[in-house]
Amino acid sequence: MTNTKPPIWRDYRFWQIAVQCIAVILVIAIVATLWMNLNRNLQQLGMKFGFDFLQQEASFDIGETLVNYKPTDTYILALLVGLINSLRVAIAGILLTTIVGTTAGIASLFDNWLVRNISLVYVEVFRNTPLLLQLLFWYFGVFLVFPKVENKFYVWGLIHLSQNGIELPGFTFSPEFSTLLLGLTFYTGAFIAEIVRGGIKSLPKGQWEAGLSLGLKPTLLMRLVIFPQALRVIIPPLTSQYLNLTKNSSLAIAIGYPDIYFVASTTFNQTGKAVEVMILIMLTYLTLSLIISLMMNLLNRSVQIKER
Amino acid sequence: MLKSALILASAPLFFTLAACSGESGTQLNTASAPATQVSRNIGSTVKNRGKLICGVSGELPGFSFVGTDAKYSGIDVDVCRAVTAALFDNPDAVEFRNLNTKERFTALQTGEIDLLSHNTTWTMSRETSVGLQFAPVIFYDGQAIMVSKNSGIKSLADLKNKAICTQTGTTTEQNLADQMRKRSITYKPVVFEDVNITFATYAEGRCDGVTTDRSALISRRTTLPKPEDNIILDELLSSEPLAPAVAKGDPQWNDIVKWVVYSLVKAEELGINSQNIAQLANSNDPDIKRFLGTEGNLGEGLGLTNDFAARIVKHVGNYGEVYDRNLGGKTKLNLPRGQNQLAIKGGLLYSPPFR
Repeated sequence: MTNTKPPIWRDYRFWQIAVQCIAVILVIAIVATLWMNLNRNLQQLGMKFGFDFLQQEASFDIGETLVNYKPTDTYILALLVGLINSLRVAIAGILLTTIVGTTAGIASLFDNWLVRNISLVYVEVFRNTPLLLQLLFWYFGVFLVFPKVENKFYVWGLIHLSQNGIELPGFTFSPEFSTLLLGLTFYTGAFIAEIVRGGIKSLPKGQWEAGLSLGLKPTLLMRLVIFPQALRVIIPPLTSQYLNLTKNSSLAIAIGYPDIYFVASTTFNQTGKAVEVMILIMLTYLTLSLIISLMMNLLNRSVQIKER
Repeated sequence: MLKSALILASAPLFFTLAACSGESGTQLNTASAPATQVSRNIGSTVKNRGKLICGVSGELPGFSFVGTDAKYSGIDVDVCRAVTAALFDNPDAVEFRNLNTKERFTALQTGEIDLLSHNTTWTMSRETSVGLQFAPVIFYDGQAIMVSKNSGIKSLADLKNKAICTQTGTTTEQNLADQMRKRSITYKPVVFEDVNITFATYAEGRCDGVTTDRSALISRRTTLPKPEDNIILDELLSSEPLAPAVAKGDPQWNDIVKWVVYSLVKAEELGINSQNIAQLANSNDPDIKRFLGTEGNLGEGLGLTNDFAARIVKHVGNYGEVYDRNLGGKTKLNLPRGQNQLAIKGGLLYSPPFR
């Protein structure tokens, strides 16, 4: 037969595979080069890459810990304490900021002039100043101006406020934890307020009118008609805000709260293992972020319109 | 804060990216930009650049601090100036970089600075696993605790269950944990990254005590709202020999810094200071002649001129002058020489012979 096959480089299926192979080889080559350079540079400084140091005794103390930790424990345990502290602030922060943000977002749509403008001022002030500045404000301007422990004051007889933090019956929140929690909550809450407002505003006016014409009261209208529909618009950007909050919690180091980044910094300083510690921190935050994304995607799927 | 995070974050990048060209192991060429700085001939890099890049704290009066005249001063700063005096006969050919305690070692490892003169404690692991090489001690210090006078705290034992502020990235965190563990005292560490925030928090009363090197406490006390209301406990938690450091792997650069520091001490031993050095140029004392480079060729062995020590004394003075100017009785700090006296006068400072 004279019907010879066209040369292989004229076949688009070949290129589809070849391009992918080339990309993979390139990536491997780059990573390998970087890895070799890393090793050579470390060797020049007489350092060795490895994670053995994690088994060594940490020999530093951590101010706040939920698990039993002593300076004689290993770096792994110290990092775990930091991770738990990070999670504590991130989880509490996500819960609180959702409440604050949603409240402020809905308030911004109120007919009441005062409520609407309080929400507006809150959003603009907190959204337009740096978080680090806000944390230092909460710390030096709020929690450290509380009286000394000896003359702490009582709110409703239950909550004690002093420079040692907020004491509730049963547990105490240190000023550092409280600062970080409130700082993150109000900062992120301002963004969430805008997302909520935008989500609600995105619904056509007809939805409100339809609800009203059915005789629904405004609160019921909001709960049954408006909000469920607005959630479809709200959840994707909300996920970003949760991720931001979690990552921003690493600013804890500025105000002395021992989160994972702080513990990792001390570990890095004591062992000199910059590369290894950076890899650990990156993996930790990456894992946290992916977990949050995954959960929010599941939530997102459940609120989307179900085709029936 | 951000800067330190950047440096910390850039360290792995640097380690991976730099020296893509260095095929021949330790013999790196001095061509491309960031790679030049890890080249193992720091001395010639500095000479070609025309100035020394020196990492200092910048936050500690008496050690390194920017005064109202916008100039750096302090004993750490004078070490940098002594090195450039030896290299260039000009004590001002130096660029200072303010570094915090956490970023300082990375800055040195990556070649961002040539010399670290940052009230840094000489420890074994910093030399064996962090990749630093220390020059001789320029200040013998010890860690102490400052408390407010009316707190009634008199000793470490009184700090049971109290909050103690300290700074991360230093040996202090670990020393405090060690000493408290030894005495079985529980306490609450509150640890900050920024030295200013550490002391501001203490001043606000969040912490009952604050701990760092004794000299640094004395220095920082002068910046507190009411210095006289704060006392420094006598108990020392550790001994802290503070020394300049260079990156490992360039023995000649290490020798230069080492012998510059010894020059300061030797000059004081020999009674040479910035005032009388001109007259002593004609001295018959062979020790002085060798030191000043009018006899022998000691400087050449370092790759410097033979009068390198004379340049140092001329521009910066001897150790005693440096100490008096920055930490002595005429300064706010008013620190007695104590251990930082020459060995012949009962202290710990001693220079090997210049011969």
